[in-house]
Amino acid sequence: MNRFEILNRIYTNPVKKVVEENYRVKSIEIDHEMEALPGQFLMVWMPGEGERPMSIGNNKPLTISVADVGKVSSRICALKEGDPISYRGPFGRPFDFPRKGKKILVIGGGYGIVPLYFLAKTAKENGLEAYGIVGGRTGKDIIFEKQLFAVCKEAFITTDDGSRGKKGTVMAEAEELIENRGFGCVYACGPEKMMKAVAEMCKKHGVPCEVSLERYMKCGVGVCGSCAINGKLTCLEGPVFSGEDALKMTEFGSKCRDASGKAVNV
Amino acid sequence: MITLQTEFFGKKLKSPIMLASGVLDMTKESLERACGNGCGAVATKSLSLEARKGHEGPNIVETECGLLNAMGYPNPGIEDGLKEFQGWKRDEALIISIVGKDADEFAKLAETIEGTGNLGASAVEAVLSCPHTPGYGMMAGQGTPESVAEITKAIKGKTKLPLIIKLSPAVPGEVAAAKAAEEAGADAINMGNSLGPGMRIDIHRKKPVLGFGIGGLSGPAIKPIAVRCIYDIYKEVKLPIIGTGGVNSGVDAVEMMMAGASWVGVGTAVYYRGPTVFGSLVREIEAWMKLNNYSSLKEIVGGAHE
Repeated sequence: MNRFEILNRIYTNPVKKVVEENYRVKSIEIDHEMEALPGQFLMVWMPGEGERPMSIGNNKPLTISVADVGKVSSRICALKEGDPISYRGPFGRPFDFPRKGKKILVIGGGYGIVPLYFLAKTAKENGLEAYGIVGGRTGKDIIFEKQLFAVCKEAFITTDDGSRGKKGTVMAEAEELIENRGFGCVYACGPEKMMKAVAEMCKKHGVPCEVSLERYMKCGVGVCGSCAINGKLTCLEGPVFSGEDALKMTEFGSKCRDASGKAVNV
Repeated sequence: MITLQTEFFGKKLKSPIMLASGVLDMTKESLERACGNGCGAVATKSLSLEARKGHEGPNIVETECGLLNAMGYPNPGIEDGLKEFQGWKRDEALIISIVGKDADEFAKLAETIEGTGNLGASAVEAVLSCPHTPGYGMMAGQGTPESVAEITKAIKGKTKLPLIIKLSPAVPGEVAAAKAAEEAGADAINMGNSLGPGMRIDIHRKKPVLGFGIGGLSGPAIKPIAVRCIYDIYKEVKLPIIGTGGVNSGVDAVEMMMAGASWVGVGTAVYYRGPTVFGSLVREIEAWMKLNNYSSLKEIVGGAHE
């Protein structure tokens, strides 16, 4: 399908299963096997409420994991098995597998682990060897632990308060791994300051890296410019950017835009 | 030697291609990128007095022959907006697009622009033609000759910058509206905006797709209407015209210029051909001129009236 057909086609399919991941995140499995790649996103439409970009957590069955943080996301979280869900996609630039080497590291902060689990799973299916770190503020924020451990050769947990895994940020585990394990590529998704720290560390050690950025999106297809980060379009040219490109963006890790386009701190 | 150079209120532009307001224009760096990609001039997001989040999504949906959109003028408001765009130093022209609910609001917007130092803008564009935002444009009846004249005078009274009035191709009597703008002191006409409003209904959910329900139609479907409007205005009005509506290729741009447009606004083509479309249009215009023995745009603009 080309991108025009993707925008034109609104899928409506039944919810197959709802899984409560933690106190605020639910995974919605949809009765649809979609040709989507890790890193891509859907525009999920709740008629009468609005539309939100949601990163894809699995393709077969199509799965999104939604944090109950706003008007539209709380309505998505309220969906029950058998309810219809409408969406368009997949949109955006996916993660790339490494050019060299077979080992990858995924680093997810909070629910940033969602697309990275999909990536690690796809990597394993393609003969790559995945390692994982998932971090959260507390043990309650850690999600996708079982799934991640199932597809990774080794995986680690970190929490800011030390209630699970190593105490500290994901960097507490990341530095040693990035420096010594010879990864073909490191992938990060989560709070932007975390992604920036990962990108800088990868740069320091000469390891390729990709980050998945989040910006306020209106159209989702590269027309309106609401999701611009230093002139680049997060919806069309991202959300996945190379660490190298991201580090050149002065707004990376510092500024984003609210719905009105006003620059605010990330 | 073929040149696409054109004059625009004291600036020599490298091409007649202009980034239409509302597209890829939330940040200064996005505008700079459009310039780097071939635009001769760029318009900002339309700025209102106060910040606006815009309509709830979906904001855009494709139809068989164009896009339907209802953005709802998301913008940070005139003051933060001007802070974003000020300090423009490029050779390409910067156009500050504004939207107001009435002549008073337009006057206040113009006053704020006039009072902002180091802006670097070449013109102000007043949009009187949005088909899908309550209180603005078509939904506020701003396209009538009386309203156009009142708003034009209000803005001209507050700023020395050249004023472009952006009209809708949906108004019966767009020629009268353009004439009213001319008589009230406007400096150029932008013909036009998205057409409509239109609607697309999702037959599974039995609901209009756009969050706002209705939206403006843009793209190839509206080009013949825009061309006709430009043709008619060119005959009756002496002001130079920006032709906007459905231009998707170099020959589309040539057609618009032959109808009477001095410059060509581009928006929806970004969707069809990507964010670097402007340079492609420039190269296509050049190639067409070469093939048909034209050397400058002067030989093309208004050519259909000879």
